[in-house]
Amino acid sequence: MHPSAKAFCNIQLTYPSMVVTENWQQTSERLLIKGGRVVNDDQSFFADVYIEDGLIKQVGENLVVPGGVKVIEVNGHMVIPGGIDVNTCLMKPYLGTNPVDDFLQGTKAALAGGTTMIIDHVTPQPGDSLLDAFECWQEAADKKACCDYSLHVDIPQWNETVKDELELLVHEKGINSFQVYMAYKDVYQMSDSELYEAFSFLKQLGAVVLVHAENGDLIAQEQRKILGMGITGPEGHPLSRPEELEAEAVFRAITLGNRVNCPVYITKVMSKSAADTITQARRKGSVVFGEPITASLATDGSHYWSKNWAKAAAYVTSPPLSPDPTTPDHLHTLLACGDLQVVGSAHCTYSTSQKAIGKDDFTLIPEGTNGVEERMGFVWDKAVAMGKMDENQFVAVTSTNAAKIFNLYPRKGRIAVGSDADIVIWDPNSVKTISAKNQQSASEYNIFEGLECRGGPVLVLSQGQVVYEEGKLQVQQGTGRFIPRKHFPDHAYQRVMFRNQGKEAVTRGMYDGPVYDVVPTPKYITPAPSAKSSPTSHQPPPIRNLHQSNFSLSGAQTDDNVPRRSGHRIVGPPGGRSNITSLG
Amino acid sequence: MSYQGKKNIPKITSDRLLIKGGRIVNDDQSFHADIYLEDGVIKQIGDNLIVPGGVKTIEANGKMVIPGGIDIHTHFQMPYRGTTTVDDFAQGSKAALAGGTTMIVDHVIPEPGSSLMEAYDQWRQWADEKACCDYSLHVDITHWNDSIKQEVDNLIKEKGVNSFQVYMAYKDYYQMSNSELYEIFTFLAERGGIVQVHAENGEIIAEEQARMLQMGITGPEGHVLSRPEELEAEAVFRAITIASQTNCPLYVTRVMSKSAADIISQARKRGNVVFGEPITASLGTDGTHYWSKNWAKAASFVTSPPLSPDPTTPDYLNTLLSSGDLSVTGSAHCTFSVSQKAIGKDDFTQIPEGVNGVEERMTLIWDKAVTTGKMDENMFVAVTSTNAAKILNLYPRKGRIAVGSDADLVIWDTDSLRTITAKTHNSVAEYNVFEGMELRGAPLVVICQGKIVLEDGNMHVTSGVGRFIPCAPYPDYAYKRVKARKQLAVLRAVPRGMYDGPVSEFSMSRGGTPSASARTSPTKQPVRNLHQSGFSLAGNPASGHGLLRKPI
Repeated sequence: MHPSAKAFCNIQLTYPSMVVTENWQQTSERLLIKGGRVVNDDQSFFADVYIEDGLIKQVGENLVVPGGVKVIEVNGHMVIPGGIDVNTCLMKPYLGTNPVDDFLQGTKAALAGGTTMIIDHVTPQPGDSLLDAFECWQEAADKKACCDYSLHVDIPQWNETVKDELELLVHEKGINSFQVYMAYKDVYQMSDSELYEAFSFLKQLGAVVLVHAENGDLIAQEQRKILGMGITGPEGHPLSRPEELEAEAVFRAITLGNRVNCPVYITKVMSKSAADTITQARRKGSVVFGEPITASLATDGSHYWSKNWAKAAAYVTSPPLSPDPTTPDHLHTLLACGDLQVVGSAHCTYSTSQKAIGKDDFTLIPEGTNGVEERMGFVWDKAVAMGKMDENQFVAVTSTNAAKIFNLYPRKGRIAVGSDADIVIWDPNSVKTISAKNQQSASEYNIFEGLECRGGPVLVLSQGQVVYEEGKLQVQQGTGRFIPRKHFPDHAYQRVMFRNQGKEAVTRGMYDGPVYDVVPTPKYITPAPSAKSSPTSHQPPPIRNLHQSNFSLSGAQTDDNVPRRSGHRIVGPPGGRSNITSLG
Repeated sequence: MSYQGKKNIPKITSDRLLIKGGRIVNDDQSFHADIYLEDGVIKQIGDNLIVPGGVKTIEANGKMVIPGGIDIHTHFQMPYRGTTTVDDFAQGSKAALAGGTTMIVDHVIPEPGSSLMEAYDQWRQWADEKACCDYSLHVDITHWNDSIKQEVDNLIKEKGVNSFQVYMAYKDYYQMSNSELYEIFTFLAERGGIVQVHAENGEIIAEEQARMLQMGITGPEGHVLSRPEELEAEAVFRAITIASQTNCPLYVTRVMSKSAADIISQARKRGNVVFGEPITASLGTDGTHYWSKNWAKAASFVTSPPLSPDPTTPDYLNTLLSSGDLSVTGSAHCTFSVSQKAIGKDDFTQIPEGVNGVEERMTLIWDKAVTTGKMDENMFVAVTSTNAAKILNLYPRKGRIAVGSDADLVIWDTDSLRTITAKTHNSVAEYNVFEGMELRGAPLVVICQGKIVLEDGNMHVTSGVGRFIPCAPYPDYAYKRVKARKQLAVLRAVPRGMYDGPVSEFSMSRGGTPSASARTSPTKQPVRNLHQSGFSLAGNPASGHGLLRKPI
């Protein structure tokens, strides 16, 4: 662990009024947070919060509580639901190496930043069993995680066996969200047809479809071009993945979602144009959610051009950070007005020596940035402190919306009786300077290095236990529980259900006029779209159908009294064809 | 009409024509002047022209004289499963002339796997035999490989073709993958070609078609239900993205819906070089007819992308055409008889696609855009003729009334009112998708190659007089901006010291999948190359430190 205590102690000194009574270890099961201002996503009010057995038992004034409970005096400070980080990759393998922040290190960083629950991505390789991968992740997390967690499962390829596993995961394992990829050609990437099938299938299961939206085909082409030009450094990464490829894929994903009538969740919204595409789609009524991440909200892609290779490489993630420095501000604005809903971190840290796998070829640099610890602080600093967002919306985007979309609400994401006691006492005035030196993460570089951030947690409760206080973490690995999630979350699926109305065929009389006779070749037997407007020059001549003869156009035509113009052959003419020779 | 000389026989003087007292309307200005034509070319423009005696004179009486229309999108005599569209080049070009269109650009559609060059020759032969007006050809690229590259190269350099269409729909048939599109766009951008796209997402259409048929929807309404307009918009968006990446001008054929048009107009506002082509049908009618109880009528509207069921679409597209967000109009004239359409009577996916519109195109735009006050007469000329000529690099030979231009002229009667009906149209098709519409504005006199082909309501056309007009590559209208951007879009590597820190151990071979890395890693082996110095100075470090981004 990093020597972070010193820095945090300094901040703590500004709160002499906060007193924690003694003997907390014995009474840790029971806690009273006194004199705080409870901030939920819908309202803020002054109330005490009484916690027992990891649950919120009472919220209100003048609570009657048993004697000897530990009392935390917060003197009017904000009491908010603990943050939920919906996107972490703490175990995502890359060419046989794992990220430096595992479930222990990663959840410690999360708690230090006020995040009390993470949802990690299970990332099986193509060909792997989803179920095995899920169990492997769950085992690792159960051993190491210090806060509650849940898991998304990524679908690396689409086939029949995957379907069975998905069904099992949804119905028996408590997974309701799955990620598909539109990028990583020849590895994870799915074609539009596969995406359509995956969306349809996941919709039936009531799962949330997470989409990594980038056009992988074009990226592959661009990468080849950029490498061919001799650009091998990290700047090749954003150059080969310009933001319009992200916007294009977002647009396509939304189109697919609309067709299938399935909610779509876009992970890692990194650019203005992608965010704008989501915004426009929401204006048109699409059920789509957008997740900007800490990195896209707090820094930009200009660092890819850093002369320091290791620093430049630390920023490599996909989709890349936009080189446009106005991006973070724009994303915060959209987050504040509700066009983007959830903030993740996509925390996936590799050490410099791991990043150096791609030192001669930017396409081999492992992707991922830090952000789990800084996530809530930056949203506060850049959105709330700037007057873009109020404290309730802050709670919504850092915690409540995530809980709603992934069906954890109101167990998580709200301070209410019966909810889990994942609570953060938030100090809007603390200022700290982000540095790799005093972070929880094990990575050497922090992409927010040197940035000042206003707002941070003073005290963090996870499962009713104080886990972070006065800059000190008091965690125990393995205490994190797996939180199963039910399918068909209302927040995503209620509208979809209403839209599930079938289309009807027009009832019309059968067409019994003449039909140009086409001899079906095997190519045309299936109702494939390929059959449309297909000019075949080597088609056998049509065979006359002598049995079909009745002609009548239903409905009056302006030219009914005019004889048919020729110019084509009518196989079954009006009145029938009499052809004596055919009888012999 | 009068003959100035007394002894002259019309046959001899037919090469010389004087249009007197007309108001010339080009895309940039209108002015009163006489026009003298000789040998199929405009020789003089002005007042009090000195012309040889015995010239036939047409009194225009202050009426508009406009450049003949160019229909940039037709499918005459198109082969389809052993049959052909009912309007061949003779019938089709006659219909074109009757509507004031003096040049058509037809699509050559080679069968996937066959030679583009052979298909081109075949189309040339058909058109040379029969066409009554000048024509050019687009060639559709229906599959992509190295030999096709060679053929495309030859077509551009030797055959006078500068525009090629690719398909994003028709899965497993014409459809191109994104990678192929990228290659084609790159290839054509290097050679000064125009990429035309049929923009619809073929993969989703295939899924939707299967779903519709499974639901028991087999009639023409299934066509539009399985091809909703957002699939068109999606493909347009994607095509624009690819064109932007490859810095290639893009031409979207058949803009049929509001959302697709919006995507184009947004892209143009961002600076993309993209042209949109609404067609007569999308400007004049809508997709509500797919639900007609009359199967044959419903089927006659089947085209792809389909007409939008939103009845406000035509008005909207006319507005964008007027504002310049959409650039040209075609007709996509591709007519099948009812019995041919009936191939798909039990399965809408089998209905041959195509609607009429070559004859109605100019009249319809006049009625819907000019008489409604959306568009002025100059813009009318731009969208029906001039812009098409510019995009195909035929300007100012076509698309303008100027000395030296071809004598393809139309005297336009702004007041004529007529009702469209299959009874009187020049197409062979039994149905007209504009049946019953009353339209204002029509050609009074049409002059093609300096000869009067329509006068007093009578047509005098000759099959086979139409000439092939070759189109040169690199049309300025599309390529000037592209060229300028090419110079700006130089990417440079950052000169930085070699990374010489530790490198993690890693394995590339995991379960047989070479790039478990997920990194789309192109072929490059990650083995450390100790001979290669990762350090090289590229460009001028002093100026090379900034962000060298491609322009939009």
